[in-house]
Amino acid sequence: MPALQEPQPLLAVEDLHVTVGDHEVLRGIDLVIAEGETHVLLGPNGGGKTTLLNTIVGLPGYRVTQGSITFKGVDLDGLEIDERARLGIGVAFQRPPAVRGIKLRQLIEVAAGDGEHEELLADLIGELSLRKMIDRDVNMGFSGGEMKRSEMAQLIAQSPELTLFDEPESGVDLDNIAVVGRAMNRLLKSERVGKGTRAGLIVTHTGHILEYVNADIGHVLYDGKLACKGNPRDLIGEIGKHGYDKCVECAICQR
Amino acid sequence: MSAIEQRKAEIRRLAETAVDKPATFGPDLDLAAFNAAADQQSVESLASLNKQIKETALEIGFDASEAGRSGSYFQMDRSPIYRKVEEMFDNKLEIMSTEEALVLYPELMYEKYYWRNVAPDKDKYTAQVALNHTEGYFIRVKAGQKIDKPIQACLFVSENNISQNVHSVIILEEGAEANVLTGCTIHPQVREGLHAGISEFYVGKGAKLTFTMIHNWSEDFHVRPRTGVTVEEDGVYVNNYIMLKPVRSLQTFPVARLVGDRSRAVFNSIVYGLDDSYVDIGSETSLEGAGTRSEAIARTVSRDKAVVYSRGRLIGRNNDCKAHLDCRGIVFSEESTQWAIPDLASEGAPGAELSHEAAISPIAAEEIYYLMSRGVPKDDAISMITRGFLDLDIPGLPPALRRQVDKALEETAKESL
Repeated sequence: MPALQEPQPLLAVEDLHVTVGDHEVLRGIDLVIAEGETHVLLGPNGGGKTTLLNTIVGLPGYRVTQGSITFKGVDLDGLEIDERARLGIGVAFQRPPAVRGIKLRQLIEVAAGDGEHEELLADLIGELSLRKMIDRDVNMGFSGGEMKRSEMAQLIAQSPELTLFDEPESGVDLDNIAVVGRAMNRLLKSERVGKGTRAGLIVTHTGHILEYVNADIGHVLYDGKLACKGNPRDLIGEIGKHGYDKCVECAICQR
Repeated sequence: MSAIEQRKAEIRRLAETAVDKPATFGPDLDLAAFNAAADQQSVESLASLNKQIKETALEIGFDASEAGRSGSYFQMDRSPIYRKVEEMFDNKLEIMSTEEALVLYPELMYEKYYWRNVAPDKDKYTAQVALNHTEGYFIRVKAGQKIDKPIQACLFVSENNISQNVHSVIILEEGAEANVLTGCTIHPQVREGLHAGISEFYVGKGAKLTFTMIHNWSEDFHVRPRTGVTVEEDGVYVNNYIMLKPVRSLQTFPVARLVGDRSRAVFNSIVYGLDDSYVDIGSETSLEGAGTRSEAIARTVSRDKAVVYSRGRLIGRNNDCKAHLDCRGIVFSEESTQWAIPDLASEGAPGAELSHEAAISPIAAEEIYYLMSRGVPKDDAISMITRGFLDLDIPGLPPALRRQVDKALEETAKESL
């Protein structure tokens, strides 16, 4: 009797080494995210969390020296940022750049792809309180909360299968965190007809966003390696008590 | 000798002193190289213009169907071949040639409007216009009249290597409002030539003039507009300038004097320099009244071997005045040069608040990556950002012209790749 086939992972990162400038920031990362899963990446600042995200997105300056990233069975090596996006990878940047002359409305329409988007726009404007921002140059003079709401609107329009969130709660007040959290749930939990469920990878160093979003699996990225894996809330509890240094040895680690 | 004859003689005398006087900016031209323009036949209706002329005019916003316009003026070379005011604006708006206005209103013209905002001895180009048979449009909006549909004018060059000399006057009486679109262009077969255009605008108390000029020339054509504007109390002057096609050389530096208290001036300029174009554009605003305000915004993109100067001068002459200058450029070619030259002065006005932002820089890579991360291919992302950069929110553009500008920007952005 043939063995049951494992479901193909959505994202598979294998033995990933990444150098930025002359510095090797990631030193052998293994990470598998299956359809429907939401993972959390914890870790101290400078530990390489954003580097991992940006490498998956395909930003220049992040050089893969060893290992691979596979998305839906496709090796991402050599694919441009836009090709990865069209393949189904979305990213909410921590500090997205302001683009003079491009309105938020345009970017939402572009992210949504071909077709009419009036209904979607009306929905997003209401859901994320975009009325005052929708016809402004994107991110130009946006507050922290406005910037995150703008990112969420673009991503909901883009509707990626895997969404990467870089510090979604940073620079956001409490009212806005709740709105951003709601949008993240919409991104992560909604079904895609015929395409299975969506997945996410959330980078956070405070963990506050987890009060609004349920995550399945937590990882601690420490000194360029995934040092720890477990229940996200337990991990945050441990880190709160003992700090990241003890993480590698902590009792709840499943690694 | 009558006062008018004296003034005529004075204009001539002043102009004669300047026939060899080079302009302050821009390459010097030998005016003897250009022929005098011949007369052209008037037309009863714009419909009788040939198709190619109509299409060329449409590209610079002049609609030969006259739909949605309150009035039209069409000048071919040196001849005003058509003018019309729509019936519903009959007693509110006058459109005629400048020569007609000089005959009809000699005292008014010579005393108040003709060569009063631009000096005949400014340089050889003003002298050229002052000393030669010259037409242009005269537009006057009566006091309190708000002309809600745009007035359109086309200055068209149909013959090769002539000097088109134009002298236009716009007067907005107290409380009047108007939106004037002037398109300047040439027949597709015209290669070389010169357009020397004097524009004198008078914005009365509480009046508002939105003046939009679209230029469309060719690789070997020279252009030297000379513009002077005065704005009285609570008056508003908005100047929009768009040039997206190649030109041999173009130099313009309109001057607005805000003489009345609380008067305002806004300059918006969009310039796309390509091929071997030499473009030197700018503006000067003199803030003379109390509570005057001004803003000048320029966006310049250059490629190929184009040289583009973007100047902006603000002169505060009242303790209560405020003005800002914002000029940004993108250079797309290693053989292209751009200059951004902000120029601020406070003359005996310690309270004047003048500021500027000037920048020449490429499109930031992170902006391109940002759009790519939403699924936009790199080339499309650059095109979108370039278009957005040039796409100023220009007030007063009728929707049809807005669409034309959008189309031109779209093509421009694509070419920038």
